[in-house]
Amino acid sequence: MKIFLILLSAMLANNYVFNRFLGICPFLGVSKKTDTAVGMGFAVTFVLVMSSMISWLIDQLLVSMGLEFLRTIAFILVIASFVQFVELFLKKNNPNLYESLGIFLPLITTNCIILGVAIINSMSNYNLLEAIFNALGAGLGFLLALIIFSAIREKLELYELPKPFEGLPIALIIASLLSLAFMGFQGMIKL
Amino acid sequence: MSNRSWKEFSKGFIVENPTFVQALGMCPTLATTTSAKNGFGMGLAATAVLVMSNIVISLLRKTVPEKIRIPIFITIIASFVTIVDLLMHAYVYDLWKTLGLFIPLIVVNCIIMGRAEAFASKNNVWYSFLDGLGMGLGFTASLTLLGAVRELLGSGTLFDITIWGKAFNVFIMILPPGAYLTLGLLAAFFAFIGMKRKERGNNK
Repeated sequence: MKIFLILLSAMLANNYVFNRFLGICPFLGVSKKTDTAVGMGFAVTFVLVMSSMISWLIDQLLVSMGLEFLRTIAFILVIASFVQFVELFLKKNNPNLYESLGIFLPLITTNCIILGVAIINSMSNYNLLEAIFNALGAGLGFLLALIIFSAIREKLELYELPKPFEGLPIALIIASLLSLAFMGFQGMIKL
Repeated sequence: MSNRSWKEFSKGFIVENPTFVQALGMCPTLATTTSAKNGFGMGLAATAVLVMSNIVISLLRKTVPEKIRIPIFITIIASFVTIVDLLMHAYVYDLWKTLGLFIPLIVVNCIIMGRAEAFASKNNVWYSFLDGLGMGLGFTASLTLLGAVRELLGSGTLFDITIWGKAFNVFIMILPPGAYLTLGLLAAFFAFIGMKRKERGNNK
């Protein structure tokens, strides 16, 4: 039951994009078209789940050796090398998937949602299963946010805006309204 | 200070402002600006990391092999972030607690990696130092401005000094939607100023 709550909380009530401000750069950067947004969302979800599994194991190792202060360095290196590994693996074994996800992979290393979720998992002392579900919820929440946002931005292309608002400013204002909508989920889940 | 030095230092404030012009480092910008003080603290922490990593990367720019430069840069940046994290924990505990997650996340702040890749790996130590300082202070200034607007409207104070207090509070400004809204409006305002300047330039 707690696992289910963690999943829903990460996905809706405490959506990582709208409530915790993680992963904003790709959220604003690759949300102009729905297709690419979906690709990015799935790539991030996959990397999130895998990397939080690995960083959970690394965290146990660091804690057992009393080296908690190395957490940031260890996590970012693990994430960077994991992303590199996935890229090489896909290139060799599944060129089709590589074609569709490949361009997003290098961007994912510097996506703060990945490192953020790994650190949140370790701060809240989640066990392995809870950590995986938190990562899954974060990824799905990111995917959901990206799909809604890119669909609105596609429609927005058709309208004439005041000049200074074109591009980033209007995107931020839409994000503000969506974030307001997502606040409605708050209070639904108490962890 | 020579002409070039001044140019490298000052470009971060307006012409290439990391927040409003380049839209880099959005996550801490939105998350930590619930008050002017928090924004200021976050900006200074990022500036410290940026200056130190720029110096070290610039010193190492001739020894680092081209192909593995990114992992090396990340390791250097992560080490400085850890230092800043531990120092803040020791000396400014309250600020450390409010910024929380976003201190370790300085590692993945695109401003720092961006400056390392675009500037420090190609220029000498002095210019890299000035570039880091200028960009960092430009980032700090934008964060403080954003924090000040949100704090003033949301809690009626400025740097914890009461301006109109509880007489006029738009509580939503301190919550996540307020962060997006304020940044969006400020970005539009800066775009407007940029356009006006260009028009004036064309008329001349």
